[in-house]
Amino acid sequence: MNRGYKKEATRYGIGFVLSLILTFTAYFLVTGASFSGVGIMIAIGALALVQLIVQLLFFLHLAEEARPRLRLAAFGFMFLVLTIVVVGSIWIMYHLNYNMMDMTPDQKTQYMMEEKGSGF
Amino acid sequence: MSLHTKSQEELVERNYKTTVGFWIYLMTDSILFASLFAMYVVLRPGVAAGPSSAEIFQMPMVLAETIILLVSSLTCGLALLAFRYKRPRQAMGFLLATFIAGLGFLAIELTEFGTLISEGHSWTQSAFLSGFFTLVATHGIHIAVGLLWLVVLVIMYKKRGMTPKIARQFGLFGLFWHFLDLIWIFIFTVVYLGGVI
Repeated sequence: MNRGYKKEATRYGIGFVLSLILTFTAYFLVTGASFSGVGIMIAIGALALVQLIVQLLFFLHLAEEARPRLRLAAFGFMFLVLTIVVVGSIWIMYHLNYNMMDMTPDQKTQYMMEEKGSGF
Repeated sequence: MSLHTKSQEELVERNYKTTVGFWIYLMTDSILFASLFAMYVVLRPGVAAGPSSAEIFQMPMVLAETIILLVSSLTCGLALLAFRYKRPRQAMGFLLATFIAGLGFLAIELTEFGTLISEGHSWTQSAFLSGFFTLVATHGIHIAVGLLWLVVLVIMYKKRGMTPKIARQFGLFGLFWHFLDLIWIFIFTVVYLGGVI
């Protein structure tokens, strides 16, 4: 009984230490910024996703219970809806901002080519 | 457990159903947070005459909040583990640590909000601040509800001992608390770290 307890407690400890490392890495990447903005954003986004997986496995023990199928299915579907909501909103609102500009389509394309180096 | 009228099988089935139901609630709550995140990202450039994110975030305090919440997530998991291995005193100690850490987190967050509002940067100042307060405070309210739930559970436990129902409730609370730490990781990354890049 004691050994089982120790083993499981160690798992929580490992999850905690990994989460700490990931958090500090992201924090010091940003505060001691040394490379470009987009690069850092991708890096901290990736670190957050890794920490999500670490905590799902070490803290929430996802997929380890007796009958995991329903919980996994709900999680998968949530992730799908989440992606549609977040990516969709950002995509639509980004285009909407451009379409609200008081310009003709040709002027808009020219403006975007000058500002961003590409049209839609 | 042997005095309980329900058979062991019935109990397992009950635990399974309740956990799945609560898990589905957590998934819908994730979608609520996803919409708030999407709204925040869309509104973020709209600072109007107010400050931008990089001007108002106190990063060391935010890092402290993150670590405190992570610690409380750990102690919560250890408390449930201790209950399962029939170490109630140890479990109570871990739950107390969880509660204090949660309270500390809320205190830092409310201090941050208080400072912002007293400097005139409330949610009415710009679209960015509306999005910020809505997203972060929704998480904060979840934490406050979680702390209340924890207190109620401990009182019930002290009165009735570890009945199957209370054991189940502690399990659900554990899921809820770990879930809130996961949401915070994304607030930390998207709102705070993304805000000062």
